[in-house]
Amino acid sequence: MKTTNNQFDVVIIGGGVVGCAIARELSRYNISIAVLEKEDDVGWGTSCRNSGVVHAGFNNKPGTLMAKFCVEGNRSFAELCRQLDVPYKKIGKLVVARKKEEIKGLKDLKAQGNKNQVKGLEIIDSTEIKRLEPNLAGIAALYSPETAITSPYLLTIALAENALNNGASFFLNTEVKNITKLNNSYFKITTNQGEFTSSYIINSAGLYADYIARVVGIRRYCLYPCRGEYHILDKNVSWLINHLVYPVPQAGAGGLGVHLTPTIDGNILIGPSNEYIRRKDNFSTTSQIMKMLSKEVREFLPLISPGYIIRSYSGLRAKQAPSSEGGFWDFVIEESDTIDNFINLIGIESPGLTAAQPIAQRVVEIINKKERLSPNPDFNPYRKGILRFEEQDEETKKNLIKQDPDYGEIVCRCEKVTKKEILEAINNPLGARSLISIKYRTRAMMGRCQGGYCLTRIIEILREHFDLNPEEITLKGDNSYLLTGYRSDEVSKPCKKKKSLSLEEELPVWQQQLPAGKKG
Amino acid sequence: MAAAVACRQKGIEDILLIERGAYLGGILNQCIHDGFGLEKFHASLTGPEYAQRYIEQVIEKDIPFLLNSTVLNLTPQKEVIVINDKGLHHYKAKTIILAMGCRERTRGAIGIPGARPSGIYTAGVAQELINLKNYMIGKKVVILGSGDIGLIMARRLILEGAEVLMVAEKLPYSSGLPRNINQCLYDFDIPLLLSHTAVDIKGNGRLSGVTIAQLGKRGGVIPGTKRRIACDTLLLSVGLIPENELSRQAGIILDPVTGGPQVDERGQTSIPGIFACGNVLQVHDIVDNVSLEAEYIVEGVVEYLEGRLTKEREIKVELGEGLRYVVPQRLISRKDTIFSFRVNQPGQHKVLLFEEGRRLIKKKSLRRVNPAEMVRVKLSSLELEGIKRLKVRLV
Ligand SMILES: Cc1cc2nc3c(=O)[nH]c(=O)nc-3n(C[C@H](O)[C@H](O)[C@H](O)COP(=O)(O)OP(=O)(O)OC[C@H]3O[C@@H](n4cnc5c(N)ncnc54)[C@H](O)[C@@H]3O)c2cc1C
Ligand SMILES: Cc1cc2nc3c(=O)[nH]c(=O)nc-3n(C[C@H](O)[C@H](O)[C@H](O)COP(=O)(O)OP(=O)(O)OC[C@H]3O[C@@H](n4cnc5c(N)ncnc54)[C@H](O)[C@@H]3O)c2cc1C
Repeated sequence: MKTTNNQFDVVIIGGGVVGCAIARELSRYNISIAVLEKEDDVGWGTSCRNSGVVHAGFNNKPGTLMAKFCVEGNRSFAELCRQLDVPYKKIGKLVVARKKEEIKGLKDLKAQGNKNQVKGLEIIDSTEIKRLEPNLAGIAALYSPETAITSPYLLTIALAENALNNGASFFLNTEVKNITKLNNSYFKITTNQGEFTSSYIINSAGLYADYIARVVGIRRYCLYPCRGEYHILDKNVSWLINHLVYPVPQAGAGGLGVHLTPTIDGNILIGPSNEYIRRKDNFSTTSQIMKMLSKEVREFLPLISPGYIIRSYSGLRAKQAPSSEGGFWDFVIEESDTIDNFINLIGIESPGLTAAQPIAQRVVEIINKKERLSPNPDFNPYRKGILRFEEQDEETKKNLIKQDPDYGEIVCRCEKVTKKEILEAINNPLGARSLISIKYRTRAMMGRCQGGYCLTRIIEILREHFDLNPEEITLKGDNSYLLTGYRSDEVSKPCKKKKSLSLEEELPVWQQQLPAGKKG
Repeated sequence: MAAAVACRQKGIEDILLIERGAYLGGILNQCIHDGFGLEKFHASLTGPEYAQRYIEQVIEKDIPFLLNSTVLNLTPQKEVIVINDKGLHHYKAKTIILAMGCRERTRGAIGIPGARPSGIYTAGVAQELINLKNYMIGKKVVILGSGDIGLIMARRLILEGAEVLMVAEKLPYSSGLPRNINQCLYDFDIPLLLSHTAVDIKGNGRLSGVTIAQLGKRGGVIPGTKRRIACDTLLLSVGLIPENELSRQAGIILDPVTGGPQVDERGQTSIPGIFACGNVLQVHDIVDNVSLEAEYIVEGVVEYLEGRLTKEREIKVELGEGLRYVVPQRLISRKDTIFSFRVNQPGQHKVLLFEEGRRLIKKKSLRRVNPAEMVRVKLSSLELEGIKRLKVRLV
């Protein structure tokens, strides 16, 4: 158990879905665990920027860890979500061929899936496609009944909260800058929040895992950011599709092609694109890709119009394969052969979300082989999330308001989030307080008005609750303040009023009088 | 409130006004500038003052209202489910008047590419934060879209000591009222860049810059016109959308152009006995028209309650050239009817024609037209008598 403040048996670097799953798996044992995460909350790396699909495992090469852990993860996912009170729905997936040439691709996928022991795969014809998906055109499809969807950020949060509850410590806003090994036994970890020591380090820093490895002198890994952009569609059009709908993957592609993904909350995602970029912090969306996505998806589903888009976003894949090569390299999950007790997780790209739990179990196995960990007798695998008022039946709603009038106040009109849920989110056990943290926990600000109605209300609740200055409220921690303070009472410079024009006169229009600035 | 007051004036006893906000008055409460009520009250009032005139009437006429109470459901059987801190309540009514107002279009909806920092606000949210909550939202501001709220906020921000660098408008003309361009931009030397839009956003935490580019005739970016503007705030005033989630839920047919319900000349939606007025029906630029529209549709509400609103005919109002939309979209009776329009583009010396086939029913000359200004024209029952079809166009 934890001895002094910043001394732990195991330090996990990175609070993504993988780091949090590892923390939870390790919390089954009697050891002290710390998760160091540079952002203001867990999951803000790749783990909140993906498709949220629990893959079945037919896309991965037989014999790889990717295939093995994907299939295992898929099988245990429903139970994991049940324990952690995370939404999960097994809606099935269609890989749709639109041209004759693509049918072979379907057969190959099916054969690969069978080798990986994926259950229930079936090739269906166009009438069956029409029956399953009336709005879709295709000549044949691979149907995968085991493919499911989940909420990737709620899962990450739930894993973290459960680990926390079972004794793990979480340090947010804590960025690892340097690591040294002392006396060949302890690691000294330097962060922006002081020093930590530990016997083990687990490097699950996602896109930055190559950097963390390099800090201790392991130079063999290199991760390339490969961006995937998405559009999110309004819930009003969720009736368009019932299953996940994918194209037949192209050989050598580093993604699965632009697909349609119903989300657990009833939106549809279009994406992701597949583009190697230079910077690992560039989550921008671009106009070319945004247009391409709209166009490409209409070949599938002509009914989709750009008017249904409520938001766009992007995620970065941690690719080991350089852009010249493309494709998938297998997950690396191993103890360093040069530095003892330093465990690297490299290239945890898709299906990393699906495989998070088996990956975590593998890490525990590596440690267990060396340490013979003793079980934590108090380990409790269950965790409760925030109750969603909107999803309850009428009787329950009535009772909830009776128990707590805060359930009677709708704060977010689009997603029907009540004040009670906002308060629970604000008081989350990890202590994350920014607007994005509230958004992921409650869905407030995620609807079609994107916070137009609730932003002000949430700011007021936050300030009331924590006695914050206006400047202290942030979108996502750090420098992302929302307000510059209170309204000033004095006018900064005198404004001289001009003669007003009569309506008959042409209105003045200033063209090309931009303030000096660089050409973009 | 205008509809509720009109209902009471017409002798309707049993009325309930439901509001999710903490006070009556809706969006008016945050519009602290003046210019409201010129037509209705012959005075230039601020938004809250205009609302207050109605609040007084609501109280004086003893019209019951609920505050902090959100309607969660609306059924075609005219039942609503409301929640507030007292519980969840069902109300069944003979008629329902929808007056839910509108919401703002967002960055996501118009698809501005780029990074996702803080400091991007819709104009209405900025207005609420500054005017109602006393916060300041930034120091150096670029405004996208020349809708009225954007223009009013440009002036507001200057008066609060911020720097407003420019207002960029995608269209070759402004979508705000001329008087607002005049009083909010011209008077304060704020440049208005027509045919310009934002094509990129920079900033990791807080917004650090916006790239503005000029658009060609077809709407594409003209190469070489991109410019990076350093700023910490981007304000979007890029359109309002009638708030019709409840209408949709009830199965009311919406007009894809107005975003509001399709209505007949009494403001009645596709579900008999459910009426709509104000911004939920069509986005208005002047609040006086909202009040007038509410009073006007109440005539139909009374007729409906008395069983006099019968369907005597079904004429679809056809839209010809030059016009973006018309309300009402259909005619069912033989009554004097007020038509509201928006034109497609600004113009001068135009004529609005009402025709039945080749026969001219009415013609109205308009000296200046502007998409920002709603055109309202009344046709008498006599003029509409006996027609089988109706088409309107602008030449
Ligand atoms: C576009 C896209 C779509 C995908 N779709 C799916 C899917 O549908 N199904 C599926 O199973 N998988 C999918 N994936 C893959 C899945 O999202 C990832 O495999 C998974 O999220 C990886 O989790 P992680 O914890 O390894 O990484 P991350 O979530 O990136 O976590 C790493 C964490 O480390 C932190 N960190 C980095 N450096 C430091 C430092 N120096 N100090 C402290 N903290 C640090 C980061 O802030 C981050 O929170 C997709 C991925 C992408 C990009
Ligand atoms: C920023 C701005 C500036 C303007 N400037 C001027 C001006 O200078 N001069 C002028 O004449 N006009 C102006 N207008 C126009 C005019 O003020 C508005 O169009 C008018 O006030 C709209 O009235 P409304 O009742 O239709 O909508 P709103 O005022 O929006 O009222 C709708 C009400 O319905 C409530 N509601 C919605 N859904 C629910 C639900 N489910 N349950 C319970 N309650 C609900 C809302 O809370 C709101 O209070 C301006 C408008 C805006 C937005």
